[in-house]
Amino acid sequence: MSDRPIATTRSAAGMPTGKLAVWWVVVSEIVIFGGLLASYIMHRLAHSDWGEQAAHTNTWIGAFNTLVLLSSSLSAVLAHKAASEGNGPKAAKLLWLTILGAVTFVTVKGFEWAHEIELGYTITSSTFWSFYYTAAGLHAAHVIAGAIIMGIVAVAAAKNRELHRVELIGIYWHFVDLVWIFLFPLLYIAK
Amino acid sequence: MAESIPATPELAHDEHGHHEQSFASKYLFSTDHKMIAKQYLFTGIAMALIGGFFAYAFRMQLAFPGMDIPFFGVVSPGEYNSLITNHGTIMIFWVAMPIILAAFGNLVIPLMIGCDDMVFPKINRLSYQIFLLSALVLISSFFVEGGGFGGSWVAYPPLSSEPQYNLTPLGSSLWIGAVGLEFVAFLLGGINFITTTMNSRAPGMKMNDIPIVVWMIVIASVLFMASVGPLLAGAIMLLFDQNLGTAFYDPTRGGDPVLWQHLFWFFGHPEVYVVFLPPLGMVADIITTFARKKLFAYRTVLYTVFGTGVLSFTVWAHHQFISGIDPRMANIFTVTTLLISIPIAELMFVYIATLYGGRISLTTPMLWALSFIAEFLIGGVTGIFLGASGADVYFHDTYFVLAHFHYTFFPIAIIGFYMGVTYWFPKMFGKMMSDFWGKVHFWGTIIPFNMIFIPLFVLGTAGQHRRIYDYSHFPELMTPGMQDMRVFATMSLLVMLAFQLVFLINFVNGMIRGPKAEKNPWKANSLEWTTESPPPHGNWPPSEMPTVYRGPYEYSVPGREKDYWPQNEPT
Amino acid sequence: MSEQSQAISETGDGHGEGHVETNYVKIWAWLVGLLAVSVAGPFLEIFWLTMVTAFGIACVKAWMVAKHFMHITLEPRFVGYIVMTSLVFMLLFFAAVAPDVMNAEGTQWVKPSWLGQPE
Repeated sequence: MSDRPIATTRSAAGMPTGKLAVWWVVVSEIVIFGGLLASYIMHRLAHSDWGEQAAHTNTWIGAFNTLVLLSSSLSAVLAHKAASEGNGPKAAKLLWLTILGAVTFVTVKGFEWAHEIELGYTITSSTFWSFYYTAAGLHAAHVIAGAIIMGIVAVAAAKNRELHRVELIGIYWHFVDLVWIFLFPLLYIAK
Repeated sequence: MAESIPATPELAHDEHGHHEQSFASKYLFSTDHKMIAKQYLFTGIAMALIGGFFAYAFRMQLAFPGMDIPFFGVVSPGEYNSLITNHGTIMIFWVAMPIILAAFGNLVIPLMIGCDDMVFPKINRLSYQIFLLSALVLISSFFVEGGGFGGSWVAYPPLSSEPQYNLTPLGSSLWIGAVGLEFVAFLLGGINFITTTMNSRAPGMKMNDIPIVVWMIVIASVLFMASVGPLLAGAIMLLFDQNLGTAFYDPTRGGDPVLWQHLFWFFGHPEVYVVFLPPLGMVADIITTFARKKLFAYRTVLYTVFGTGVLSFTVWAHHQFISGIDPRMANIFTVTTLLISIPIAELMFVYIATLYGGRISLTTPMLWALSFIAEFLIGGVTGIFLGASGADVYFHDTYFVLAHFHYTFFPIAIIGFYMGVTYWFPKMFGKMMSDFWGKVHFWGTIIPFNMIFIPLFVLGTAGQHRRIYDYSHFPELMTPGMQDMRVFATMSLLVMLAFQLVFLINFVNGMIRGPKAEKNPWKANSLEWTTESPPPHGNWPPSEMPTVYRGPYEYSVPGREKDYWPQNEPT
Repeated sequence: MSEQSQAISETGDGHGEGHVETNYVKIWAWLVGLLAVSVAGPFLEIFWLTMVTAFGIACVKAWMVAKHFMHITLEPRFVGYIVMTSLVFMLLFFAAVAPDVMNAEGTQWVKPSWLGQPE
C-alpha cells in the first residue's frame, strides 16, 4: 500500500492524473499568453510605425535562441523516451541537457537585453518595447520555472524514482517552446 | 493502509496522517481536504466581517454625510473610495470565491464522488497558503501610506494606473499583487477540483451519477481557468504602468484604456458564473432532499449548464456599452446577453418543476435554497434592462446597476454561504445547529436585504449616480424623498448586520454544544451521508470505500419502503 | 507506489496502438530547417511571403511539436478539445476587442499619438 490517497490511483478519465493536470495547466497558460499576444497583435496591426522599432531587434539572436529551445525540446522528448523504457539515469542526463538549454537561453537573453538597454531601448521607450520586454520576460519566467522543476524531476529520475514525471515536465517544456515559436516571428521577424 | 506496517522511517513519516498529530500539522498544515475546506471557510467569514464593516461605514456616510460614524470616525473622500473599492474586492474575491468555490468545493467533491482526498493534497494545501498570503497582502494595503486602493474594484485606467487620480500609490500595487496571488491560488485549487472529479470517482459512478453541485463546481473551475489568463496578463501590464512607467493603457503615449476594460470583463463576466454555478448546484441537491423528489431533467440541467458556460464567454462587453466601444459590437453583445437569460430561466423552471408535487419540509437550508431562487430571479430580470444597450445608456453607472448587482451577488455569496453551511454543518462539524435560530436568522436577513436594495433600484431610476461621496453637492439628487430612501436603506443594513450576530452565535454554539449529528440527518442519497459525521481521515475506512449503483436523486421511488435510496446501496 | 503510477502512465501511452516509433531527431531536423526558412523569408523583401514564412511556418512548427513531442494525438480526445477551445476563446477575444483597440477616433475623442507624430 502506498501513502498516497486512494484518489490518486484511480483514472476514470482514461489518463494518469498527473498528465491530466499538466494538460489543464497548459490550457490555463494558453489563455495567459493568448491574452497578452492578442493585445500585442491588435496594437501592432494598428501601429504601422512599430515595424521600424521592431527593426532594432536582433533576428540572429532570436533565431539562435529558437534553435536552443527546439534542441532542448528534443532532449526533453528523448528523456521521456528513456524514462518510458525505464532508464532513469539516462533520462536524468537528458533532462540536465535540457536545463543546459534553458540556461543558455536565459543567458543569451540577458546579454541581448543588456545590449538593447545600452542602446536606449528600454521598457518605457515605446509601447512596442513595453510589449517586447513584457512578453519575452513572461516567457523567460516560464523558462526559469520550468528549468527549476526539471532539476527536481531529474534528481529523482537519476535514482529511478517518479519516472512518470519526466513526461509531465516534458509536456510543459514543449508548451514553453511552443510559445517561443510564436513569439519569435512576432517580435523578431515581422518588421 | 492502516494495517500495513511501516517498513522504513520514510514511510512511517508519510503515514503521519494516521497518528496523533500536533496542533500545527492538524490545523495549520493539514493536507486533508476537509480541514482545508474549514480553513477557507473561516478565512472567508473573517474577510466577510471586514467587507461588511466597510459597507456599514460607507452606507452611514451616504445616509448622514460628514457624520462621525461610531467605530469608524469621519469618512474622508479618499477613504470613501478605498472603502467602496475594497468592499467590492473583498466580497467577490475573498468571500464569494473562497467560501462558495473553495470551501464547499473542497468539502463536497471528495465526499460526494466517494474518494478519500483530493488527488493533489499538497497542492491543495499550497493553494490555501497562497490564498491566505493574498488576504494578508490585501489587509496590509489598508495600512500603507495613502491607504487601500481607491480606484474602484474594476480598476479602470487611468484611475487605477495614475496615483494622482486614485491617491493610493502603494495601495494600488498591493491590490494588484493580492488579486494576482488569489488567482494563482484558485488556479491551483481549480486544477485539483477538475482532475479529482474527472479521474477519481468511486467505482460505478458514471457521468450521470455525479451530484449536480459537483458538476457545477467543476464547470465553474473550468470557466475560471479559461477566463482568468488574459486578466493575469493584463494585471502584469497594469502593474508595469503603475511602477515602471510603461503606457499600455495610456492613450497619450500609444496605449489604450479600453483594452483593460476588455481584459477585465473577459474574465469578469465568466467570473459571475464561476461563483453563480456552485450555489445553483447546491440548490439542486437541497431542494431534492427536502422535497423528497427526483431532480426534474438531470441531463437537461447538465446540457443547459454547458451552454451557459460557453455563452458566458460571449457577453462580457455589455459592461462597456458607454465606454466608447464600437456600436456594432454593442449590438452583438446585446443579443448574446439576452440569449444567456434563456438557459438560466430554464434552470429556474427545472427547479420549480422539481418542487412541484414534492413533500416539502421547510428546514433552514430549504428556506435558503428557495430564497436563492426568488432573489436571484429579481437580479436576473433587472439584468434584462442593463443587457439591452439602448436602455443601458440611461441606467449605466446608476444605483440601478448597483442594486441589480447585489440582487445577483447577495444570493450567490451570502445566501449560497448560509445554504451550504446549514446543509453540510452536520457533516463538517459532527454537530447540529439550532433550526429555530436558523429560521430567525433567515427572516432577519432576507427581509432587510430586500429593504436595502429595493429603495436603491428606485433611486437608480431617479438618476442617482454611483461612486458619489456626498450627495449634498447634487441638489437634484438631494430631494427629501431621495435622502429618506438612503437613510431607510442604511437603517435596513444595520438591522441585517445585527441579525448576522444570531448566525454567528448559532454557528459557534452549534459547533461546541450542538447535539451530536448522525450519519445522515437529512436522509439524503449522496455519498457524503454514508460516512461518519464528521468523516474520519480518509473519509471511509479503506475496506469500505463506496461503490456507486445509481444517481443521487432517487427519492420516493415507488415500491421501496424508505423514501430515499443511497447511491452506494446495492440493488 | 511509483511502479503503480508508472504502470498507469504506460497504459496511458498505449492509446495509439500500432503507431510507429517516432524518430525524434528527424522531427528536430525538420523544425530546424523550417526555422532557417522563416529567418530567410524577410530577405526576399516580399511582404506577403514574409508573412507566410513567419506565421505559416510558426503554425506548422507548433503542430509538429504538439503532435510529435507532446503526443497530443495519442491522448484521449478531450485533451485536443480543451486545447482547441481555449484557442477559440482567444480568437473570440481578439475578434471582439480588436475593433475597439484598433479604432483611432470616435465621436468625441481621438488618440493623440496616432495622428502621425511618432514620439
